[in-house]
Amino acid sequence: MTRTKMLLAGTALALAGAATPAMAQDIGACLITKTDINPFFVKMKEGATAKAEEMGINLSSFAGKVDGDHESQVAAIETCIASGAKGILITASDTKAIVDPLKQARDAGLLVIALDTPLEPIDAADATFATDNFEAGRLIGAWAAATLGDAAADAKIAMLDLAESQPSVGVLRDQGFLTGFGIDVKDVSKWGDEDDPRIIGNEVTAGNEEGGRTAMENLLSKDPDINVVYTINEPAAAGAYETLKAFGKENDVLIVSVDGGCPGVQNVADGVIGATSQQYPLLMASKGIEAIAAWAADGTKPEPSPGLEFFNTGVSLVTDQPVDGVESISVEEGMDRCWG
Amino acid sequence: MPPASQDNYESDLGAADGQVASFEDRHHTPLQRLQHFLHGNPAMVPVIILLLSVIVFGFVAGGRFFSLFNLSLIMQQVAIVGILACAQTLIILTAGIDLSVAAIMVLSYVIMGHMSVTYGWPTGLAVVAGLLVAMGCGAVNGLLVTRIKLPPFIVTLGTWRIFLAIVYLYTGSQSIRSQDIDAAAPLLKFFGERVSIGGAVFTYGVFLMLGIFALFWYILNRTAWGRHVYAVGDDREAADLAGIRTGRVLLSVYIVAGLICGIAAWAAIGRVGSVSPSSFFEANLNSITAVVIGGTSLFGGRGAILGSLFGALIVGVFSSGLKLAGADPQWELFAIGCLIILAVALDQWIRRVSV
Repeated sequence: MTRTKMLLAGTALALAGAATPAMAQDIGACLITKTDINPFFVKMKEGATAKAEEMGINLSSFAGKVDGDHESQVAAIETCIASGAKGILITASDTKAIVDPLKQARDAGLLVIALDTPLEPIDAADATFATDNFEAGRLIGAWAAATLGDAAADAKIAMLDLAESQPSVGVLRDQGFLTGFGIDVKDVSKWGDEDDPRIIGNEVTAGNEEGGRTAMENLLSKDPDINVVYTINEPAAAGAYETLKAFGKENDVLIVSVDGGCPGVQNVADGVIGATSQQYPLLMASKGIEAIAAWAADGTKPEPSPGLEFFNTGVSLVTDQPVDGVESISVEEGMDRCWG
Repeated sequence: MPPASQDNYESDLGAADGQVASFEDRHHTPLQRLQHFLHGNPAMVPVIILLLSVIVFGFVAGGRFFSLFNLSLIMQQVAIVGILACAQTLIILTAGIDLSVAAIMVLSYVIMGHMSVTYGWPTGLAVVAGLLVAMGCGAVNGLLVTRIKLPPFIVTLGTWRIFLAIVYLYTGSQSIRSQDIDAAAPLLKFFGERVSIGGAVFTYGVFLMLGIFALFWYILNRTAWGRHVYAVGDDREAADLAGIRTGRVLLSVYIVAGLICGIAAWAAIGRVGSVSPSSFFEANLNSITAVVIGGTSLFGGRGAILGSLFGALIVGVFSSGLKLAGADPQWELFAIGCLIILAVALDQWIRRVSV
């Protein structure tokens, strides 16, 4: 340990003396995402790569094959430690199981930063740069309730979730939405245990268009009078909208979503989605690279946002039908800041 | 006794047992009779399971399930996996397996979408380009299996990832939005058009699926090529000795399967509404599920293509019925898993029949 620290200090001194980018290339950093097929992570990688180039950091990228591919992420951490990198940015697939391999990395002197998805426990990472997914859900829930007004008391709500295994991001958004809408969520650590009659049902979508389409069909078969649809992300929302169109109900139903990707914001402009909570993956990635550079230079760690256990990279409600009491940005502004 | 009858040596034969020799009839119990019947008619197993499950869910989930509308909706939901299952059946009949069917389909519709929406090609031309790419993918699989002599499982395990990687690299995982397709190439969504018959609503995609199954039922049962497919799957060496050019037949099966995946791709755009690279992630396994539940043997040469249609419908009936009965989505996974094991166990039992 002390030897590592001395080495680190030595490296930091050497780096402080050497301002040329060519020398800075000696700082290595790793980015490990859940997959490299989700535009969200594709953008995150682009943000990290751009920042790393700017700061002269040597970035290696790894990804799981599918969401939930834990083994690939463990292998990536091992490779990363062996490569002598100074830090790891990770969006963990299995937020509990990844803790041990990451501890090895921290013991070896690497700065570990969780991006987008907090670890369990959250202090298993040196810092977390993330969207407050519960807040993202709460915003669209509050917006939907305010838009419906008195009708919210007898709304019929379809919940289009992510996956059977209930990954934390899906639970946080789901429970945040219900909280914002004013529904008792019972156990906040899982979805599906609510008994409010306004919830028609939960269906899983895998977060893509095909899943959204089928899930919406099944819920509409259950109750054709559904008038509020919560969706885990914008592709699922687009799929749900296709079903509503097929049922001739696209004008009677409010769809809300989370992500803020460019096609999603465009769908808000086109009236497909009523409102979406926008998150900022590029910001997470560039903040992460800056933190690794700072750690390599003088050993400082980033501080969390006041009142939170993580650094909040922010979330904004994008809609062109703003309501009182829920802060939002316009579609134009959402387009300016969208990713993907 | 009169003397005349002394010469008529055969006069007593009328009283004797008329049967010269016969096999012992061992199909005593009704169960054995059923086993024997199913052995002769393998496609009847999924039909029976389908009817039973429709009736059971009709009771459990009530009128919402049993409505014409919901039953037709199930057909819409299984249309894409059904078409893929048709391609999968051809491959499995040759004792192969194709893990890449869904990847070929996604690659094909990505080509159709980008050619027509992004590059402004006429829609017809874009569709043809997509179909050609799909056939090309099938040909790659087929050549690796027949020329390099690699096992189909390994070949398609590899090409599955390769085709998907091409999709992700080419598209950056971004969907083409429904609205953009409407504006640039509405014909891409042709198979999503609906017709209403009574209370039932069908998409053209449903008719496409039924048409493809009817066509391949005819081809497999009434053409030389179809019989060759069965022969190659049953015993390739015997087929070789019988003068069938088995390599060519195998290669053609993979190319035809690719073409079917390409047709599924066109229908999938209509079904989903957008061109979505991340959709149909498990459709390859779902197509195998449909074929297996449909009673086609993974060892090749045995099975009926219509069984796969019923297999796909059984999965659709189970997922719709369980959802309408209020079961959590986890139970659907559980039930389909049980169905697969049940189907294969049943297949093994039928194969053990004493003829």
